Amino acid sequence: MTKELFTGAEMVVKALSALKVKYIFGYPGGSVLDLYDAIFQQDEIEHILVRHEQAATHMADGYSRATGEVGVVLATSGPGATNCVTGIATAYMDSIPMVVLAGQVPTTLIGNDAFQETDIVGCTRPIIKHSFNCRDLADIPNVIAKAFYIASTGRPGPVVVELPKDLLIPQNKAEFAIELDVKMRSYNPNVKGHPKQIRKAVKTINEAKKLVVYSGGGIVLSDASELLTTLVETLKAPITNTLMGLGGISGTHENFVGMLGMHGSFEANKTMANADVILALGARFDDRVTNNVEKFCPNATIIHVDIDPTSISKTINAHVPVVGLVEVVMQQLLDELAATNFTPDEEALADWWQQIHLWRDMRHVGYKQVAGEKIKPQRVVEAMYKITNGEAYVASDVGQHQMFAAQYYPFAKPRQWINSGGAGTMGFGLPAAMGVKLAFPDKHVICITGDGSIQMNIQELSTCLQYNLPVVIVALNNRSLGMVRQWQDMVYGGRHSSSYMESLPDFTKIAEAYGHVGIKIDTLDELDSKLAQAFSIKNKLVFVDVLVDEKEHVYPMHIRQGGIDDMWVEKGVKA
Amino acid sequence: MRHILSILLENEPGALSRIVGLFSQRAFNIESLTVAPTDDNTLSRITIATIGDDKVLEQIVKQVNKLVDVIKITDLTERKHVERELLLVKVVAMNDKSRTEVKRISDIFRGAIVDIGKQIYTIELTGSSDKLNAFIETLNNETEIIESVRSGCVGIARGEKALRV
Repeated sequence: MTKELFTGAEMVVKALSALKVKYIFGYPGGSVLDLYDAIFQQDEIEHILVRHEQAATHMADGYSRATGEVGVVLATSGPGATNCVTGIATAYMDSIPMVVLAGQVPTTLIGNDAFQETDIVGCTRPIIKHSFNCRDLADIPNVIAKAFYIASTGRPGPVVVELPKDLLIPQNKAEFAIELDVKMRSYNPNVKGHPKQIRKAVKTINEAKKLVVYSGGGIVLSDASELLTTLVETLKAPITNTLMGLGGISGTHENFVGMLGMHGSFEANKTMANADVILALGARFDDRVTNNVEKFCPNATIIHVDIDPTSISKTINAHVPVVGLVEVVMQQLLDELAATNFTPDEEALADWWQQIHLWRDMRHVGYKQVAGEKIKPQRVVEAMYKITNGEAYVASDVGQHQMFAAQYYPFAKPRQWINSGGAGTMGFGLPAAMGVKLAFPDKHVICITGDGSIQMNIQELSTCLQYNLPVVIVALNNRSLGMVRQWQDMVYGGRHSSSYMESLPDFTKIAEAYGHVGIKIDTLDELDSKLAQAFSIKNKLVFVDVLVDEKEHVYPMHIRQGGIDDMWVEKGVKA
Repeated sequence: MRHILSILLENEPGALSRIVGLFSQRAFNIESLTVAPTDDNTLSRITIATIGDDKVLEQIVKQVNKLVDVIKITDLTERKHVERELLLVKVVAMNDKSRTEVKRISDIFRGAIVDIGKQIYTIELTGSSDKLNAFIETLNNETEIIESVRSGCVGIARGEKALRV
């Protein structure tokens, strides 16, 4: 009996099916036409045609952030692949599992500067977790299985698979064999924390008088928020989240002191600065958190739990490093706490919380909305929070609106807040929101954006129509690149070099031209009612263009080169 | 401080470029680098001589280890080890006096003359990097060096300790 033979293109599709992939985000082109032909002839996997490959990566990324699944991207060789670079870098910086299938010219032409040839494996080397050059047809299934395994385990990240055209064409066939239980001698991510380190960590926690839990994106990525909440409640400690970690614990939990860092809350940064023990869980002491590392929390003993050893003691020296999956390590910590009959030091806790409440009562995150004056952007976020009961998925672009969303929309659950934290990629918001909406068509999905960011991927309004993705786009339109302008106000003597846009289009008309609904809001009186109207339209995409006060700044803000609690709390006022 | 790192990794296309890329991306220093397949041809072994303080070294070791192709990395300078480097050097040997002198120096350093031309000697020498430096300095005092090439150092731990899968 002869074995059934498959083309490389068929193998790619079969492998993706075996890995339970539902969607591929991509754009066709010469080198991947055979693959597109194979996709056409099956109905297990749906291909979503974007309008620019960058958007395909962000859409796959948003889909992954909301669902926890691996996002899959398909692009042709050359410019198709290079257009993915920003999206790959974005996923890399935030540790998002993604597999990018990139076409390549036939192996016989590689190195010849052939039409649409780019060394995409070379281009992406610094921004991927791993990459594969496929050179043998029969290897395709196992290379794809390995790519998924690497992308989704350990510290997740993007993996690029280069597929030369001659491996995909109908003339070449081979048997299909795939090993889904991947084992690699060179890649075995650590899972459990070392027991000695766990005991050390618990001993340190036991001796703490002013403990703070500082948690990051690792909690969200590993779906460990329930365990985190249990741990925090056991310790009775205050908790702060990084920008990536928001939703790791409910934003309305009484132990939550807000986001920390450059635009973190006054009380979060104060709590960190005054803590004697910091328990860092799935966070990496990013420079937007620490401010000047020399002045960072000088009196704290730091326990650092992370799956990636390179994150530990990279910027801030960890006194008790624990390498392992954060959900596993948190369970180990809870077990050890129980085994050692941990009881919180109530007296110390009372003093610590009294101090924190004093900081909290200073209410330094704030804004002043005066009736009859321009709408404050923060007010728009608060209105959205009320209308959606705090239950919407919020995908953000990058800039002031991102910080306002992080500050004024307390997220109840992980994966609700979708933003480009590490890379800070403008243009991320809309395609990311589309990926979320595809996964959760019945939920409110907001794209919060600005007049700058939205124009970096506005062509995707067309994709939204094609696939019926009725997200609600809320643009906080300040006719400026707000964050750039803020820095220019604060650091560059108010010289607004290239930070404002003199030729903005009418966004509502753009939305209408793409077949959607446009709503413009320019006075405070109509804000709540028109926003409510926008969210009541279920089957059409609504673009809400809100004209907001261009002079508003994001506060608090770190004073450059200061400690974590050196902050501007309002214009001209230092904490 | 100078460290010698031995890296065992998959003999895959692109594996070397990942190592080199990592060093340049993160501004780590490479003093020398050698690479070749091992007795098991599915494995490559890279030896990198680098300079950095303890904090930098910790990051280098962790970052290299994080690369998916890397199986093991060890810092040879942490314990007793044997370190060798190969030098080939072409020098001017015009007359009897200079030929004799070059031969004498070469013998003292236990080098071997591996090629002779009308006016040149080519000498092969292995040893620690320090020994090679000293040899070059001595040659420079006696004659003119026309060309030299060094392999970069390789090393192996002393005793039972072995870097293997």
